[in-house]
Amino acid sequence: MTTIAPYRATQQAGRDGFWQLVHAEWTKFRTMRGWVIAVIAAVVLIDVLGLFLVNNGNTQCNGSCLPVVPTGPGGEAVLDSFYFVRQPLPSNGSVTVRVKSLTGKYEPEGGFVGPHSAVGLTTKLMPWSKAGVIITQGTRQGSAYAAMMVTGQHGVRMQYDYTTDVAGLPGQVSAVSPRWLRLTRSGDTITGYDSADGRQWTKVAVVHLSGLHGTVQAGLFATSPYYFQSNFPSYAQSGGGTSPTRATGVFDHVSLRGGRPGSTWAGQLVGANARLESMPGVGFHHVGNSFTITGTGDIAPIVGGAANTNYDTGTIADHLVAVIFGLIVLVVIGAMFMTAEYRRGMIRLTLAASPRRGRVLAAKAVVIGLVCFVLGLPATALAVFIGSRISRSHGVYVLPVSWATDLQVIAGTAALLALAAVLAVAIGTIVRRSVAAVAAVIVVFVLPYILGDTSVVSAGVSEWMFRVTPVAAFAVEQSVPQYPQVAGQYGPPEYFALAPWAGLAVLCGYAAAALTVAYLLLRRRDA
Amino acid sequence: MMSQAATATGRDTPPPATATRTGLDLLRAEWTKVRTVPETGWLIAATAVLTVAVSTAVIAVARCTPGASCTADTTKLSLTGIEAGQAVIATLAVLAITSEYSTGMIRTTFTAMPRRFAVLAAKAAVLTGLVLPAAIISVAGCLLAGREILPGRGFTAARGFALLSLAHGPTLRAAVGSVLYLVLIGLLALGVATIVRDSAAATGTVLGLLYLAPILTAFVGNPVWQRRIERYGPTSAGLTIQETTGGHLPIGPWGGLAVLAIWAAAALLAGGLLLRFRDA
Repeated sequence: MTTIAPYRATQQAGRDGFWQLVHAEWTKFRTMRGWVIAVIAAVVLIDVLGLFLVNNGNTQCNGSCLPVVPTGPGGEAVLDSFYFVRQPLPSNGSVTVRVKSLTGKYEPEGGFVGPHSAVGLTTKLMPWSKAGVIITQGTRQGSAYAAMMVTGQHGVRMQYDYTTDVAGLPGQVSAVSPRWLRLTRSGDTITGYDSADGRQWTKVAVVHLSGLHGTVQAGLFATSPYYFQSNFPSYAQSGGGTSPTRATGVFDHVSLRGGRPGSTWAGQLVGANARLESMPGVGFHHVGNSFTITGTGDIAPIVGGAANTNYDTGTIADHLVAVIFGLIVLVVIGAMFMTAEYRRGMIRLTLAASPRRGRVLAAKAVVIGLVCFVLGLPATALAVFIGSRISRSHGVYVLPVSWATDLQVIAGTAALLALAAVLAVAIGTIVRRSVAAVAAVIVVFVLPYILGDTSVVSAGVSEWMFRVTPVAAFAVEQSVPQYPQVAGQYGPPEYFALAPWAGLAVLCGYAAAALTVAYLLLRRRDA
Repeated sequence: MMSQAATATGRDTPPPATATRTGLDLLRAEWTKVRTVPETGWLIAATAVLTVAVSTAVIAVARCTPGASCTADTTKLSLTGIEAGQAVIATLAVLAITSEYSTGMIRTTFTAMPRRFAVLAAKAAVLTGLVLPAAIISVAGCLLAGREILPGRGFTAARGFALLSLAHGPTLRAAVGSVLYLVLIGLLALGVATIVRDSAAATGTVLGLLYLAPILTAFVGNPVWQRRIERYGPTSAGLTIQETTGGHLPIGPWGGLAVLAIWAAAALLAGGLLLRFRDA
């Protein structure tokens, strides 16, 4: 009696580890020629449109913008223009004043070019007009400095080296409520004090200025930044005109200790140029110890965005504007990567081969995410590096950033593409039908982008679009910081409501939530 | 599902022996196809829900802060949801023809009704009949939301923003125009889908047409091209029908809607010609 052995397949059972699944999904992806071509086309589109079709540059300059931009001690581009009444301070010493008033004027009809007449000026003080005392290494633009000042609407401030701002006494300055300001120098250490009565002094801040050595310049200053017609909500619609302004500070009880015996006060418009000089009334006069100083300009970092300076500035992310086009293609591919399985019944085979359905979903997400990241990275790097060079060759001053910021913009944008495609896979799993999935992913990304980035809807809406919808991730393209002490037109595509990584985290949250829902549905539903 | 619908039609009304089909038969056939797939109801409901929801969300975050000067067009703001609703309408229109291609049903359809132009016309008529009520409900919901919420966001009569009302001529034009806009978007999508035939590709193409123009205008720096895109893009021109505050429009409101109508007519014509001369 013989027993017949049952048939045994000679083929070894395949291992079903996660990486086998990833490999299987990768094979599915790579063998669809249309998808591969579309994904490559998407990233090429980002570069081709971004590099060659972007018309950047400050159109208001009309070629008359200033070519050389000073940089501060921290390497950031700065505005450094103010009226300065000064004396040399060879070593240690202090400068003290009482400020009695700060008033301002601006030209309502604006205009960058042409002489301004005093007749046409309207009385209005800018919130960040400044007057006070300053100790600076020199009158070269971008010098290290520390200053105590009264401002239009933000009380007494101590500011130093352009980017740092410390609050002092609150409230507006007036003849009945004057402000006393004092700066003392000890080597490279500057201490700022303020007082309401000249007897009770409060220390505002102590700072070490590494760029301060030898003989420095100490004295009084006044300056006033540009005025935006569509002031001052953070997301003002672009297109409002800008106009130069001036501020006048009235000082008395001026005293300088440690100055050279016999030297007198000298006045100078630091960072003068034709436009600033065309502002009437800039200068100073004094009677004994009382000074009246009128200045224009600003001592502040340059912020990107709508033209608000004399400079034709851009950011490293200017040539990333075509990312949205590439993203649309990638999310469509991401959605179809899943819906194609349902369309042809392939999903039944897939799930038969790997019954643990969550891992199938994870493998698909990993494959599409990696493909988009790996292809997106060189595209975004090219757009940033080549784009910056193209901007410079057109005479645009690209605001300098650290290598970490370069990395944030390049890798962050590639991650944005990858996460968007992962979210699309999840939506495709939830919806299952190609048409609905493709429509859904396009609407999810494009609609908030349109509502947020153009002037379709009013201010405030745009801010929320870039805060709570998946396009919040575009915040990762913000390369220059927003300064609360600098009035500017902050808004997309240069400035976003959320911090860069926080914006990307919003998209991560959407992708994670959608994947969770997709996983639960995939497990519960029949394939 | 489509084939079920077809057999259902056959059972309900056996074809007359003469086999001459009137336009009414054709309409009834198309209506039956649309009526018996579950997607239709869902998409119609989704149009209204999405449109009103997006409008409500946009109105709820818009603000007119005291002291600042606000220049919002409150009618247009309230109708923002149309930008979202049009995508659902487009999806519905795309499905109306491409689902026939993906299931092979189209061959049955053309066997039963060889006059292909007439089939497309019947589809367009049925689609219009479906979109109209969805559009009316959506627009009414948007305006109602604007009427209720906007005064609470600082857009009060005291600041020059009258309560939204259809008695106001431009608002009535914007409301009626938005309904027509959605109908035309549906017809444009039907035409494009007839040309493209593949469902996913058609969806991508149609939504690209709908949403590319606004992005392009922000992207193209050249003001001449910006203006051209705004004047002749299907959505940017069509949506000028919602403008009620005047100002510098790239194209007049009705002229803008006419541009969209030309797009839709051209797409349907091209689709019809291709239907006729291409194998199904």
